[in-house]
Amino acid sequence: MTDIFDIYLLEAMVNGILLGGVLALLALGLNLIFGVIDVTWICYAELVMIGMYGMYYMVQAFGLPYYVAAPFTILLVAGLGALLHLLVIAPLLTAPPINQLLATGGVLFVLQSFATVAFGIDFRNLGIRMPVLKFAEMHFSYSRLLAFAAALIGMTLVYYFMKKTYVGTAIRAISQDRQIMALMGVDTRRIYLITSALGGALAGLAACLLVLQYDIHPFVGLSFGPITFLIVVLGGLGNFVGGFVAAFVFAEIISLGGLFSDLEWGYVLAFAFFIVMMFIRPAGLLARRS
Amino acid sequence: MTAKQSLPWIAGAALIALPFVYREPYHLHILILILIWSFAYTSWSMMGRFGLVSLGHGGFMGVGAYVTALLWNHLGVSPWIGIPIAMVAAAILAMIVAYPCFRFRITGHYFVLVTLALSGIVLQVITATRDYTGGSLGYTPDRTKGSQIWALQFDDKVTWYLIALGVWAAGLAIWKWVDRSMDRYALEAISEDEDAAAAAGVNVTWEKLKITVISALMTSLAGSLYSQYQMFISPDTVSGIAVSLQMVFAVIVGGLYVSLGPTVGAIITILLAETLRIGFGTKAVGWDNLVYGVLLVVFIIFLPKGILGSIIDRVKMARKA
Repeated sequence: MTDIFDIYLLEAMVNGILLGGVLALLALGLNLIFGVIDVTWICYAELVMIGMYGMYYMVQAFGLPYYVAAPFTILLVAGLGALLHLLVIAPLLTAPPINQLLATGGVLFVLQSFATVAFGIDFRNLGIRMPVLKFAEMHFSYSRLLAFAAALIGMTLVYYFMKKTYVGTAIRAISQDRQIMALMGVDTRRIYLITSALGGALAGLAACLLVLQYDIHPFVGLSFGPITFLIVVLGGLGNFVGGFVAAFVFAEIISLGGLFSDLEWGYVLAFAFFIVMMFIRPAGLLARRS
Repeated sequence: MTAKQSLPWIAGAALIALPFVYREPYHLHILILILIWSFAYTSWSMMGRFGLVSLGHGGFMGVGAYVTALLWNHLGVSPWIGIPIAMVAAAILAMIVAYPCFRFRITGHYFVLVTLALSGIVLQVITATRDYTGGSLGYTPDRTKGSQIWALQFDDKVTWYLIALGVWAAGLAIWKWVDRSMDRYALEAISEDEDAAAAAGVNVTWEKLKITVISALMTSLAGSLYSQYQMFISPDTVSGIAVSLQMVFAVIVGGLYVSLGPTVGAIITILLAETLRIGFGTKAVGWDNLVYGVLLVVFIIFLPKGILGSIIDRVKMARKA
């Protein structure tokens, strides 16, 4: 059993890949917003938190089945994303980037304390118990498998949306040149709004998946928010593929680090890895050094 | 000496005399908190005013608080020695993170997110080493009997008030000192245009690193002081992203580019939190931060120079007209 490929190691590695799927989904949402609007939503994880509460109330209070509540949650958070853009980002589009960033930091406070005031600080959960899959003496929870599969499907859908539709093409074009696109007759305000809603929808999807694994409380965003930012920076802000790769690298470090010690040490290792990578590849994992 | 020059001295004398005239413990407590946080916010603004927006200062504050308290409890090292050690530790941490950032031109969003990682690391390390630090439950420095100068523990609020006042005044003095130095012009040039500054012969990396280390040293001291005064620290009150954002918020409200801006920010935010706490009672959980957050967003959109900054601008405009 001292063999390096022992069964626990393998299990941790697979769980790392499963975790990576959801992290990649979160990173994709943030990257989309950054790539197109050139804004970082510090409050991104808090949108997910609100979505998780949405799921909780729809499933627990209104008795909706999980798969019916999920689309509503996605729509709800997409609406929140659009609202965030209209109320906070749009008036600040010409302000220094730091002000935009700090304003979304203020929204983080607002959402956290709104949740505290409205829902209280109790830990809640959906009460849905997913069965555990046993495979070759390894145990994987279905909630993680479902999350992984749904995250991959979500990302594929976004990919096709970006590649095949007119709006998707416009979004990609804007991320390449902000000024020219307006001259080409593309309504940038509309594209920004659609992108924000799309980013919100991705946060909503993540909420539906994370709600199966995490207890819901107003500060739950802090348990995956910071890690999402690190992933996005490590992948290179606005670099979709880089974010995707970085998500899996991080998830493996957290999962394997957690295997040898407490889960927090997994995070500490991931953070330390991040700082070391900033020395080696400051512009992101996949960036070519100029 | 003109009236304008003598004003700070008169104000200073009044502040020193205050606790000997008026010593209501609750109000003194609020004043001490305002002074300590003002100092922390001033430390943040030392680099924030030059466009170096850091969300890692929660980390420096945590290092200051925890290193001092851990050295005292586990090794019996007096805070008089522990605080300098903690400050050096924070400075080293700042250099480790800041040097590659500045060397490789990590600015703007990137810099903010890298420093965000720093406060995340400190928070996680404190939580993970719970056998020593008490984890998220918090930590209390061992109490001595009565006031002990050696242990930097005083029962008496007046002593604490004077200490906090002294440190706060020193913070303002450092601000003035930077204001008068050549580094200020170099840093202002860098914040306008890094490449142009470098072309004009400014050592960009070195200048940025200097101000970052000064800022980290001061923030760490603020953390140690907070810990010694409150005699209780937890990862959420002295480290992490929430504390970092709280610093930025208070400074933005007060005014980032004027020396007393962070102090005004501390006065407004702490009085706001206390008023809401007393007004709502136990229902206040969350309400103070809700008002904070809304104010922060409103301020950034409508008053990006902060309250004091905007007032000073108005006065200057009126004088010109």
